[in-house]
Amino acid sequence: MFKTPRRVFFFLIVLVVLLLAFDLPENYHMNFHVGKFTVNRVINPLSINIHFLGINIQKQLKTRLGLDLSGGSYLVLEANMHDIAIADRDSALESAKQVIERRVNLFGVSEPIVQSSRSQSSYRIIVELPGVTNVDQAVALIGQTAQLDFREFTNFNSQSTLSGYLIPTIENTKSTGLTGKDLSRAQMTFSSQTGEPEVSLTFNASGAKKFDDITKRLIGKPLAVFLDDIPITAPRINTEIPDGQAVITGSFTQDVAKTLALQLNAGALPVPVSVIQKQTVGATLGQQSVLQSLRAGFIGLAIVAIFMIAKYEWLGVFADLALILYGLLNFALYRWIPITLTLPGVAGFILSIGMAVDSNILIFERFKEEKRLGKPWKVAMELGFGRAWHSIRDANFTTLITCAVLFNPGNWQFLPSSGMVRGFAVTLFIGVVTSLFTGIVVTRTFIRVLYKERDTK
Amino acid sequence: MIRFSKYIWLYFCLSACVIVPGIMGLLIFGLKPAVDFTGGTLMELHFQSPTTQSYITQILAKDHIQAVGIQTSSSTNYLVRLKPETDATILSLEKTLAGDSLNKISILSNETVGPVLGKELLQKTVMAAIVAIIAMLSYVAYAFKDIKFGVAAILALIHDLLVVLGTFALLGHFLNVEVDTLFVTAFLTTMSFSVHDTIVVFDRIREMLKRGDRLPFDQLCDKALTQTMGRSLANSLTIMFMLLALVLMGGATVKWFVFALLIGTISGTYSSDFIATPILILWDRWEKKKRITK
Repeated sequence: MFKTPRRVFFFLIVLVVLLLAFDLPENYHMNFHVGKFTVNRVINPLSINIHFLGINIQKQLKTRLGLDLSGGSYLVLEANMHDIAIADRDSALESAKQVIERRVNLFGVSEPIVQSSRSQSSYRIIVELPGVTNVDQAVALIGQTAQLDFREFTNFNSQSTLSGYLIPTIENTKSTGLTGKDLSRAQMTFSSQTGEPEVSLTFNASGAKKFDDITKRLIGKPLAVFLDDIPITAPRINTEIPDGQAVITGSFTQDVAKTLALQLNAGALPVPVSVIQKQTVGATLGQQSVLQSLRAGFIGLAIVAIFMIAKYEWLGVFADLALILYGLLNFALYRWIPITLTLPGVAGFILSIGMAVDSNILIFERFKEEKRLGKPWKVAMELGFGRAWHSIRDANFTTLITCAVLFNPGNWQFLPSSGMVRGFAVTLFIGVVTSLFTGIVVTRTFIRVLYKERDTK
Repeated sequence: MIRFSKYIWLYFCLSACVIVPGIMGLLIFGLKPAVDFTGGTLMELHFQSPTTQSYITQILAKDHIQAVGIQTSSSTNYLVRLKPETDATILSLEKTLAGDSLNKISILSNETVGPVLGKELLQKTVMAAIVAIIAMLSYVAYAFKDIKFGVAAILALIHDLLVVLGTFALLGHFLNVEVDTLFVTAFLTTMSFSVHDTIVVFDRIREMLKRGDRLPFDQLCDKALTQTMGRSLANSLTIMFMLLALVLMGGATVKWFVFALLIGTISGTYSSDFIATPILILWDRWEKKKRITK
């Protein structure tokens, strides 16, 4: 399909049309006349609803704005410190804050603000979530305490299991002392026998010890697993398990198993919290700042475009076209992923436009040099692309290394896994990859298809 | 060809002129942390009749208090974020608010809040920066098949980070400029830009070495610098156009963020040619001297 530049060119035109549909403004009211026709309608970006081979893709392509630009939900949680010694309260609040922060990040809300707060004797946590205007949804997200409890039946006799399932309840079971605190890691895995999703648990040293004792004591009997006082499963213990490895099976869907693992990892809160205030709040900066920055962006873009044309003439025009495609592509990706745009994020995006022409500059400078050495135009152009590639590859690869470390895909403890740093890594990554695409593939195609014809005249 | 390599010590002196005061500033004054790092006061105010953000700013100015953020929570309720203030200032603010003639203001809540970006996250971010630097050093050393390229690129990177940090330490002391979460972002951007720019110059040196250019190493570097100079300037200029547009029109919120990026960009461009490459040349001379004395 991409054998000839012409085909790639055709593909790029289709891409531009698609991107334009993705990037349309939201709720923009159009009203104008073209000759006899009157256009009067509200424009919205394309929303996608595809059913393909059993896969459902549904996307509402809307720009997500951060707390500074659009506001969101504002929650105040109060920690109940009754059972905690006064000396330990500050650290309990801090770790509760961290758990909540982790939870918010795990559920994919980007750029949240989580702060601990104290006034006199009350210990509070303030959570602000951008874009989440449904406050109850936000409360549900944070309030899920995900407390895991392993319980045994109080009067178990083999009779009751023979007659069918024994449904575990809080009343007919008692705690074994093993809880979510003894857990070091939970992970979604697939059963080696049935292929069904399950959640595998790894206990920490003390947890493994407890689990060993329990499994020894309860061989042949069921052990009920409760999550937030709701029984999930009650597997029968068949053998003693000394190594602290266990698996929760149940007819989970992949999503449920993944969510469960996430919740278990996020851990139980060290103190009980209750929501004492919930409301939606407005933006700190608002529409004015967005417009200001966008205007700055357009002016900057215009200067860069003029500079490129002044320096590289026709080639500059192609680089500018590629640059516009860069902007469209990036914005469409921001909407697709979606990425929460804060004002600094917008500034970073504008800056990246200045950086994106770098590969073009490298290639064109190289082309000029080769031409100066007396090579024919076409050869010099291809050489320019070929020779500049090494430096473009190595330079961008180091940036991708930085992205990978900052994104911390393995969730390593010693690296940040917070929304802010991660958001920066994702935006940088998108910028580098799209600029490689537009700077090399797009410009090259434009030149091969459009400039060739002009050259042969 | 411009004989850049003749003035190596001049470049180092020039850098020292910026970095030494910067480091001294860092050691003596340190950076001035913004409310993102320190935490502060969060007040919820209730106004009897609807008001505006600028009116609240005016009232606060009476007590010489500058709000970090003012947000609506309903048409008559506002959330006001302040820097850590002394109890006396807060008390006087409470009086000012109670005595406001135009509007009846009541304080619904007044709390001390912790930082948005706490110590732990900051430490982890620094850790990530160190890991990224080591990874980049290894990659450059691998891609150029010589450890000296990796070390030179990283020294230039550290040079740029010191320039940015030092400048903000001095700005913090003399102009009360604070570093916030945005500064962290600018810092990380400088990190990736610096190495990016250095590699373009190094690539040209590598290519000439591969082609078997017979020039002495310092002259070869001079040739590479002369050839890549046009690109370096063009690239930095496009970035500066964007940054200048943002400084002039982007509003106060991002001003210092963009300024940090501007310094990072200038330093990053300068250090590729005048720090990283001279280090390569000096290293090469040292290697040759060692070989001869053996």
